[in-house]
Amino acid sequence: MSIFEYNGSALIAMVGKNCFAIASDRRLGVQLQTIATDFQRIYKVHDRLFLGLSGLATDAQTLYQRLVFRHKLYQLREERDMKPETFASLVSAILYEKRFGPYFCQPVIAGLGDEDKPFICTMDSIGAKELAKDFVVAGTASESLYGACEAMFKPDMEAEELFETVSQALLSSVDRDCLSGWGGHVYVVTPTEVRERILKGRMD
Amino acid sequence: MSKAAVDLPPKGGFSFDLCKRNDMLAKQGLSGPSFRKTGTTIVGLIFQDGVILGADTRATEGPIVCDKNCEKIHYMAPNIYCCGAGTAADTEAVTDMVSSQLQLHRYHTGRESRVITALTLLKKHLFNYQGYVSAALVLGGVDCTGPHLHTIYPHGSTDTLPFATMGSGSLAAMAMFESKYKEGLSRDEGIQLVVEAICSGIFNDLGSGSNVDVCVITKGHKEYLRNHLLPNPRTYVNEKGYTFPKKIEVLMTKITPLKERVEIIETGDAMEE
Repeated sequence: MSIFEYNGSALIAMVGKNCFAIASDRRLGVQLQTIATDFQRIYKVHDRLFLGLSGLATDAQTLYQRLVFRHKLYQLREERDMKPETFASLVSAILYEKRFGPYFCQPVIAGLGDEDKPFICTMDSIGAKELAKDFVVAGTASESLYGACEAMFKPDMEAEELFETVSQALLSSVDRDCLSGWGGHVYVVTPTEVRERILKGRMD
Repeated sequence: MSKAAVDLPPKGGFSFDLCKRNDMLAKQGLSGPSFRKTGTTIVGLIFQDGVILGADTRATEGPIVCDKNCEKIHYMAPNIYCCGAGTAADTEAVTDMVSSQLQLHRYHTGRESRVITALTLLKKHLFNYQGYVSAALVLGGVDCTGPHLHTIYPHGSTDTLPFATMGSGSLAAMAMFESKYKEGLSRDEGIQLVVEAICSGIFNDLGSGSNVDVCVITKGHKEYLRNHLLPNPRTYVNEKGYTFPKKIEVLMTKITPLKERVEIIETGDAMEE
């Protein structure tokens, strides 16, 4: 069994028109036993930047704490928030530092950059950045997620349509994965507001 | 956390503190992750005025394509570019690191970087890690001593060649080069040959795919032709889009309005001495 399949996770981020959506499942398991159905995988770094961490839950929480620490130091020094591209480079550097004994995490970073242009990015567990213009996925359900997103994605979707697409892609993919599911947690971020929604899914 | 200094910006280099834990997990049967590789076909050739580099754009994670349009031709210096195959994080990190070292060297010496400098910095680093930093590179550029093309293997050995291929598609690409390469190619002939070699990798090697990137470097000038050829477009797009039969049920909605970002522009006087 792979270390990534110990806790189970599903993450997806998608770009729309001047907005982005980031979504995750809510299950936390220990191999095949479910121990929580409200586990938080998506963290807010600052108002316009969200970080999702899939993979081993303990490494995800540790990595999140380290990144928030570095971001707070940055805020104190620079007196402003980090841009998403800069944050992605920071995460990549922190992961690559542990190249030969890595964190078992795959981060998904989504944020609004300059002029509220949406930015999404994912990395493997040693920090190889993948900047996409449409969608990025991570987690145990990633193969289904790739397929679902390829089929359902359209460029320049508005916030409501983007929410619908992301939710359908997430729920249909986790339905075919034993290790993730138990509902969904979706954040849709536009320049004026953040809409956080909890989805009802199959509880198996 | 054992020491307070653990989380301050590190002095640089790798940190091995999670290795013991990862070994313990591996012994319990939880195998490690597969890293993103860049399966790849990368090529380079020397033509009459300089160097042409080419690469495909597929990044794989095991058997899955995780990036259909990644960039494998990395910037090293204004006159030097490097294509990378192998573990994606390693190629990106090593080329970024040597690119910064070359920039510092340029500031220090006041001269244009030489390809041989980049070559030595790369091979020293890779040999130092005995092949564990899995980056196979094709380095090309034009400096004051002329055009140069080198290949660098993950263990640190290098070759200097008039035409070179690396990656899983290297045999397919080398077949094209061996049959059609000649000295003194013109720019268009060179680009044509590089494109044919990459296409041969794209269509015959499963680890390579998507589009062709080309980079032409001549004395004092470079042209990075990103997505020069797109032989695999997505032709099956449904105009109507996707209609979802089942409705999404939402249990809870929370709306947080975002404050408008205010930029404070300093208008006061500069500090007095």
